[in-house]
Amino acid sequence: MTSLEPWRPERGEEIIAGLTRLDGAVLPMFHALQGAFGHVPKETVAMIAHALNLSRAEVFGALSFYHDFRHEPPGARLVKICRAESCQAMGGEAASRFLLADLGIDWGETTPDGAVTVEPVYCLGLCAVSPAALVDGQPLGRVDGMLLVEAARA
Amino acid sequence: MSRVCVPRDAATLAVGADAVAGAIAERGVEVVRTGSRGLVWLEPMIEVETVAGRIAYGPVMAKDLPGLFEADFLNGGEHLLRLGRPEDHPWLAGQTRITFARCGILDPASLDDYRAHGGFKGLERAREIGPAATIAAVTDSGLRGRGGAGFPAGIKWRTVAEAPGETKYIVCNADEGDSGTFADRMIMEGDPFTLLEGMAIAAFAVGASKGYVYSRSEYPHANATFGAAIETARSAGVLSDFDVELRVGAGAYVCGEETALLESLEGKRGQVRAKPPLPAHQGLFGKPTVVNNVLTLATTPWVLAKGGEAYAALGVGRSRGTQPIQLAGNVRYPGVYEAPFGLTLGEIVNDIGGGTASGRPVKAVQCGGPLGAYFPPSLFDTVYDYEAFAARDGLIGHGGVVVFDDTVDMAAQARFAFQFCALESCGKCTPCRIGSVRGAETMQRVMDGVDTEANLALITDLCETLKFGSLCALGGFTPYPVMSAINHWPEDFHVVRDI
Ligand SMILES: Cc1cc2nc3c(=O)[nH]c(=O)nc-3n(C[C@H](O)[C@H](O)[C@H](O)COP(=O)(O)O)c2cc1C
Ligand code: SF4
Ligand code: FES
Repeated sequence: MTSLEPWRPERGEEIIAGLTRLDGAVLPMFHALQGAFGHVPKETVAMIAHALNLSRAEVFGALSFYHDFRHEPPGARLVKICRAESCQAMGGEAASRFLLADLGIDWGETTPDGAVTVEPVYCLGLCAVSPAALVDGQPLGRVDGMLLVEAARA
Repeated sequence: MSRVCVPRDAATLAVGADAVAGAIAERGVEVVRTGSRGLVWLEPMIEVETVAGRIAYGPVMAKDLPGLFEADFLNGGEHLLRLGRPEDHPWLAGQTRITFARCGILDPASLDDYRAHGGFKGLERAREIGPAATIAAVTDSGLRGRGGAGFPAGIKWRTVAEAPGETKYIVCNADEGDSGTFADRMIMEGDPFTLLEGMAIAAFAVGASKGYVYSRSEYPHANATFGAAIETARSAGVLSDFDVELRVGAGAYVCGEETALLESLEGKRGQVRAKPPLPAHQGLFGKPTVVNNVLTLATTPWVLAKGGEAYAALGVGRSRGTQPIQLAGNVRYPGVYEAPFGLTLGEIVNDIGGGTASGRPVKAVQCGGPLGAYFPPSLFDTVYDYEAFAARDGLIGHGGVVVFDDTVDMAAQARFAFQFCALESCGKCTPCRIGSVRGAETMQRVMDGVDTEANLALITDLCETLKFGSLCALGGFTPYPVMSAINHWPEDFHVVRDI
């Protein structure tokens, strides 16, 4: 996993300040914050609102709309598995169920030891090598349950 | 010394291309990382530059390399994995590659390579003939939007060109959320300068000086390659005073809808705007805006270089030119196959796709992404053409074709269509926001064998409400996968399942 920084308000302010010149800067800020801390800390809502002269409600409204943004850091390994039609047609659901059962968690959850988070995604554009997954950003194609377990636990 | 081309397309990385590239480079051989040719079942497919031209081998795994070196593959030697000249492979020889002409061949990081393969000819031509003639060429080509709605590109460009105002924008829709589609991603990774050239042509035609590409977070590799291409083009000054910025979405399917996309670019919730006003009149930050799909824009350099008539000469009916068809799901030969409109669905699935990967009979084919209808083999005579598909309650959409074998449960697919709609609804219309949740619950009851007929009647009613009471196609088209499944496979809705 790309190493995450622990949350520090000064660092959050710094990231936000570096992006204020962009038009429509809210999403780039969320992405940059999540890139650094693995999630978008709720304190940053007020910081962004202040920096961009928006209401907190506007910023929070945007944050809560998008599936990507987390409120807590993920596990040490982040497994995103495609649940869309092409991967369904190639046994993706069975492969995912195998992994989730092995880890003892459900979609969107992190193992109690903080080792692995599994998130659903709807199409990775890897449909020609379905079923597909992204493990810490690394694409994996033609997967089955065993391969997912290996990748998640390696 | 021969150079070896190894793809770096994300789908090839997913099946081990990096290890192959590493193992070749380790022997001191020069490796060029290219896009993918699109014969994805043969990936990783590598190509050696020999005196007799390029010779392809595939699918090559790192463990095959000792044998390949032994067989002298660097000089095109015989080997079990040898495919011969790629352009002679029937899957490539049968195509008409326009949008994908260069993808998989050139080095996507090199402007020199781009120029050597005919790059920037379209932009040069546009500058010679001026904005009005540029728009006329695109109109004459008959090119329709490849994002899904199929609106004529030339007419959109003219509307923006004629809209009053100093500031105008080009927005490239690279949100490619449709399951079973990946052509935008392949262009961004395999031939990014084509897209930039297309955006520069559009900007020149309508008088815009700033462009945005709205891509998706699910595409980290495309974003890296395309972001680097923007930097390269900017520092080389090839786009003159036109500047492009890459923005990345955050996992919301509805942000592919053009007005939701604009809201998102402005930093807001990705909620669909009521039309009018059209984005062409009041788009990004209220300014006249061209919103076009990646494939639409990436095709315009060819149209300008070769003329609108050359493009219009291909295709059938009102579907002119070519479509990069994306074959996926349970299909033997998955990949991208660019052909003029006019093939039949059966030719696409059986002849080009080779039937299922599992070897079992084809049961259903979903065309046009998650909002597209499921077609049974009895409709395989449907011609791949916007109007012919619409006449059968289907859509071509962004060109996705997803094949299912006879193990698929169509009731589960119909339930998924409702679940997806519920998950991705922007929340603006009640039928879409609430109805989709009710639809999934009701379909579950059908699957549990509870009051089947009454519940199916309820679902049919709900689909009527969704069709006519939705602001955008997410709610409006969810009935297509649902009703096509019910109409073509009624038996799947009348079985008792043991769970
Ligand atoms: C729910 C929904 C999702 C869409 N997703 C995309 C998409 O991912 N990419 C795209 O180009 N168009 C998408 N569209 C179509 C766009 O609204 C718009 O028609 C298109 O970007 C215009 O470009 P074009 O004329 O070049 O196709 C979507 C539409 C809807 C209703
Ligand atoms: S149909 Fe659904 S996604 Fe489209 S505008 Fe209405 S609520 Fe939003
Ligand atoms: S449907 Fe799974 S990667 Fe596209």
